[in-house]
Amino acid sequence: MTILQFILWSVLKVAVVTVVMLLAVAYTVLLERKLVGRIQNRWGPNRVGPYGLLQPLVDGAKSFLKEDIIPTGVYKPLYLLAPILALGCSLITIGVVPFGESGVGPGGMDLFAISNVNIGLLVILGVTSIGVYGVALAGWSSNNKYSLLGSLRSSAQLVSYELALGLSLVGVVLRAGSLNLRVIVEQQGTRGILSWNIFGGLQFVAFFIYLMAAFAESNRSPFDLVEAESELTGGYHTEYSSMKFAMFFMAEYGNMINVGCVATLLFLGGWTNPFGSLFGTSHNLLVRALFPLFWFVLKVFCFLFLYVWVRGTLPRFRYDQLMNFGWRWLMPLAILNIVATSLWLAYR
Amino acid sequence: MHLILFIVFAGFCLAGAINLLVQSHPISSALSLIVVMTSLAVLYLLLGAEFLAAAQVIVYAGAIMVLFTFVVMLLNAGREERTLGSRAALRLGFPAVVIILAVIATVILHAQGLGTAKLSDGLTATKGATNIEVLSTVLFTKLLLPFEVTSVLILIAILGAVALARPGGGNEAERTGGK
Repeated sequence: MTILQFILWSVLKVAVVTVVMLLAVAYTVLLERKLVGRIQNRWGPNRVGPYGLLQPLVDGAKSFLKEDIIPTGVYKPLYLLAPILALGCSLITIGVVPFGESGVGPGGMDLFAISNVNIGLLVILGVTSIGVYGVALAGWSSNNKYSLLGSLRSSAQLVSYELALGLSLVGVVLRAGSLNLRVIVEQQGTRGILSWNIFGGLQFVAFFIYLMAAFAESNRSPFDLVEAESELTGGYHTEYSSMKFAMFFMAEYGNMINVGCVATLLFLGGWTNPFGSLFGTSHNLLVRALFPLFWFVLKVFCFLFLYVWVRGTLPRFRYDQLMNFGWRWLMPLAILNIVATSLWLAYR
Repeated sequence: MHLILFIVFAGFCLAGAINLLVQSHPISSALSLIVVMTSLAVLYLLLGAEFLAAAQVIVYAGAIMVLFTFVVMLLNAGREERTLGSRAALRLGFPAVVIILAVIATVILHAQGLGTAKLSDGLTATKGATNIEVLSTVLFTKLLLPFEVTSVLILIAILGAVALARPGGGNEAERTGGK
């Protein structure tokens, strides 16, 4: 492949994936509103389009048309930088996520991943940890006590739960012997559901630690103290309006999708199907290309459903409970999991 | 390609470092430091040390600098003011920096067999093994003792910080309320 072809394909992949990602973000918002509505025994948005399906587009238009207010007391450079940082970090992560088999594309190229990085997992962790600055700087530069409290909470929460998150992934990495996301998925794809890390890999403890730490990392209920509306009005984005607020909003839902993707790749076998090779592999190229995509999207959708379900069910943690849970339960449990996995791998 | 990226990110790194010194607001300085650290990560990546690059971003840019900004926010530190001491530091600082750089340069020039750092494949000299494998082999065989001693040192530091930060500052009677 010449360099020109490489650039053209890369630009195409980036464009398609970004558009799909943004659409997914918009419709995750609708999914949440609909599901929370049903959980609370009401209909949710149902006026715009059939079943309210055009609601996200209208919401987007509304965000663009609202007046863009920049309060006088803010520290302007950082105030403007923060939403870009938050949304940017949440959209970059998908760049290293593989969502289909390799070698199905024309000329044996990698059609279902923007880039295949050999430290993909670390890249995702790095980008997530940079994403903290979006929230932290937004709160600080707003020059508002509520915002500052929200961003202080978020910094403390993210630093605490990032440890548990990182440690919970070590078991998976030990089993795969690689940080490459493709290798991790292919290692789970041998016997269908039985060889997924959550079942056959005996990583279900790690899975639950990851799940809880990831909920905290993406500032979602029950860990949404960052924007606890009863205490902090809106938390870190109190002073943001119009499209800048929408960017934080999109970043949050983008992070939910990222967490779903990572959990799918690391614990639920990625794009591999749950039946393994029970039904044989098809020789039709289209089927071979699209079925993995279907399984991947289905698994990520289950995670999004779980996110909304948890939000509609669980009350918010208290701040001391949050810290106790993170440091006294998740961290030691994650370390025990690493020890147990290493012993199992050494003596099996 | 490598050279272009090197020049661009070395430029970022230097610009961030200079901005760090020039800015009078602590949070701007902290953010410049983040720019320096992430550009350094890219330089590591160009040298073929992808694990070090990721660790640099996760540990320094992602964790340590978050704590820096956290503290700056918590103290709500304002702009620095120029005092007699800071003016004196400005006068003495530049000659001192020149001397230190000269010393370092002479040491590097006199050290034999260092070789030059090669862009793109400097650290992946071993065929078939990835960077992480080479690094962990060295860490857990040759450098096992220093590695473990460092970890114990950090553990002691953590315990000390916890002991000091508890109500009563490590004073048992005060903490339990004299019971």
